[in-house]
Amino acid sequence: MNVLSLNHLTVGEKGTVQNITNASSQIRQRLLEMGLTKGTTIEVVRFAPMGDPMEIAIRGYRLSLRRLEAESVFVQKEMQ
Amino acid sequence: MLRDRLHSQKQIRHQHRSRTRAMFHEQAAPSTRYIAIIGNPNAGKTALFNALTGLRQKVANYPGVTVEKKEGKVIFGDGSSATLLDLPGTYSLTAHSPDEKIATDVLFGKATHTPRPDFVVCVVDASNLERNLYLVSQIIDHRTPLIIALNMIDVAEKSGMAVNPQRLSDELGVHVVATVANKGIGVHELKEAMHAPVTASPKARQWSLPKLVKEECDELQTILQDAHHLSEADSFHEAIQLLTSSSVLNSHNDRYAPEVLEHVKKDHERLDSFGIDRQSVFVESRYEWIKHVCEVSRKIKQQAEETTSDKIDKVLTHKVFGFVFFIALMAMMFQAIFSWANTPMNWIGDGITALGAQITTVMQPGDLRDLIVNGALAGVGAVVTFLPQIFFLFLFLGMLEDTGYMARAAFIMDRMMSKVGLHGKSFIPMLSSFACAIPGIMATRTIESRKDRLVTMLVSPLVSCSARLPVYALMIAAFIPQQKVLGVFSLPGLTLVSMYLLGLAAALTFAWLFKKTLLKGETPAFIMELPPYKLPSFKSVIMHTWERSYLFLQRAGTFILGVSIVLWFLATYPKITNATPAEQLQQSFAGQAGHLIEPVIKPLGFNWKIGIGLIGSILQREVFVSTMGTIYNIKDAKTGMANLSLREKMHNDADPHTGMPTFTILTAICLMVYYVLAMQCMSTVAVMHRETNGWKWPLFQIAYMTLLAYTGTFIVYRIGLLLMT
Repeated sequence: MNVLSLNHLTVGEKGTVQNITNASSQIRQRLLEMGLTKGTTIEVVRFAPMGDPMEIAIRGYRLSLRRLEAESVFVQKEMQ
Repeated sequence: MLRDRLHSQKQIRHQHRSRTRAMFHEQAAPSTRYIAIIGNPNAGKTALFNALTGLRQKVANYPGVTVEKKEGKVIFGDGSSATLLDLPGTYSLTAHSPDEKIATDVLFGKATHTPRPDFVVCVVDASNLERNLYLVSQIIDHRTPLIIALNMIDVAEKSGMAVNPQRLSDELGVHVVATVANKGIGVHELKEAMHAPVTASPKARQWSLPKLVKEECDELQTILQDAHHLSEADSFHEAIQLLTSSSVLNSHNDRYAPEVLEHVKKDHERLDSFGIDRQSVFVESRYEWIKHVCEVSRKIKQQAEETTSDKIDKVLTHKVFGFVFFIALMAMMFQAIFSWANTPMNWIGDGITALGAQITTVMQPGDLRDLIVNGALAGVGAVVTFLPQIFFLFLFLGMLEDTGYMARAAFIMDRMMSKVGLHGKSFIPMLSSFACAIPGIMATRTIESRKDRLVTMLVSPLVSCSARLPVYALMIAAFIPQQKVLGVFSLPGLTLVSMYLLGLAAALTFAWLFKKTLLKGETPAFIMELPPYKLPSFKSVIMHTWERSYLFLQRAGTFILGVSIVLWFLATYPKITNATPAEQLQQSFAGQAGHLIEPVIKPLGFNWKIGIGLIGSILQREVFVSTMGTIYNIKDAKTGMANLSLREKMHNDADPHTGMPTFTILTAICLMVYYVLAMQCMSTVAVMHRETNGWKWPLFQIAYMTLLAYTGTFIVYRIGLLLMT
């Protein structure tokens, strides 16, 4: 299976959320409540000019998060 | 003014009410209803609040926290009214920030400072339905009477989504009114719905938990209801929190009865043994149900391949153009603050001078006149002069916020700010502080994390503000020789740039230091929504700017007035007859204090004359220039920069006994370094007091900055002496 950290996806790639690990309980709660629940599709839209943070499209809106937080989000990469 | 008007309205109403009551033999008048507006950030909450209340608003702080409390009056068709509270934006009822905690506490009726609202209006962004419904679902479960304002239906339409308010209403069991708040669409209907009786949704807990989790949750609820006498709704919310959180058992906890904690512990063990993710199961189950609600009530016609926002962002967050645009925009903002504000600032300054002259001619000469003109008016006037800068800054900030660019600015700058442990959102306040630390500190309101906000507020005054410029200008013009460095740069110019860089470096270093020590905390998570771009609402921006300007003026009329009078007293008394202004100042309490502190400031290379200047400019830095003017008997030293005579006099001044000059290049540099690092601004102290709701942080700020300024100047002086010999 092609499961990897969200920060390893490149611009335009999509993935479905598998789980969130290694994040503090508070950050994990926030990410979940912002809609990063299991099975949700994420698309990487862009990275900030200095390479961090990143912007993702999720549940019809745009969210930005640092690579550090993205690292704890595991996604299954969608084949194109 | 606004507040006075509100106040007098209230009085009139009160009188009216008591009169009516008397007429109807003490029959209780219906108390005005208390309504709260709640919703996700960027859902258009403030626009709706403005549309509902118009100008009938007042702003205060919640006691003990730095969160702003905004209330307004809604007037209904029949002339009756209700109080409307604008709660801070929140994504969920699991509070992550002080703002969100306020929203939750008020909603649950746990806040001592604010009554529990009779019902809430939840603003839902129709173009972002799924995530917005998460909060709605929590409010419904809490059995809070609720109306939904389905906002931004126009944006949803544009991006190919049609949300059916009736369908949504059927699914959720609450009244749904479609609105476009910034265009005033649906506001009338919403008011009508708010005027009618509002009830809680009969459809609480429509979402289903896995069987095992549901059993445990039900059981825990029963225990909570018995042990803590909680309502059904409250116990459900608490049960979810308890089952989700692991930390609740780790630390000593006296919020819950021992039998509750005992049970929670067993629940955790049981659920964990079945491999259930206690945290995500509740969120996921809720979102599952939301997905169903969306499917039923929303039609997706066609998903636009690339939205307008995407097209704009391709440029504005581009590796190269993004930066170019950002820098150009900031340059323009500073242009506005420095130059555009100049003309109205001169008007205000002239107006105050004219007013002073007017008073001087009308009143009899004497202490009272002197107090009014040179104490109160001069002090308050000098602060009020900054109003145009505040106005322009907030006009810009309001526009950046309203268009959605502010989030992009934080997105672009986050990498840099994270290096010192801060959030991208700290950038704009620090940048604003180049104009003035007061708007800078006020601009920190957009930072959610309390610690980060404090750190940003603490270091912002280290960034060289416009009030330091007159001091730098005077010192540089008088003492830094006009020389070319490397053939291109002029020495005075380089000196000026060095002072600005020193301030910035100090601010960043101390931000890093505070984050490492005093306000320790991990680099805050950067989980931020990037809302779609939209045209700014003129009304919202103007109202926001007015509100900020008003708060600023209010402070000038109170705190600054008091300090000005005290300082005037110190510089005027004891009175000496037939003395020149210079002699008078020297003999005054301030002058004596200047002599008194001489031993303290001697190691920095400063004498008592500079001491008087330092004390006189405690209120604000630029007063140093006019104090020097008084000491050297210069009548019109207000501007200082172009004042040749003051410069010459300072240059030629020497100690009558030793013949040593009072000022050398080194003294000038030391003095500038001192002004870079020292607080010397009572307005900033006042605004810190207001924003942090207490004296602890402003006093700490004065202490650390004074210490820093002293140490910094001392080091520069000693190194300078070594280099010179």
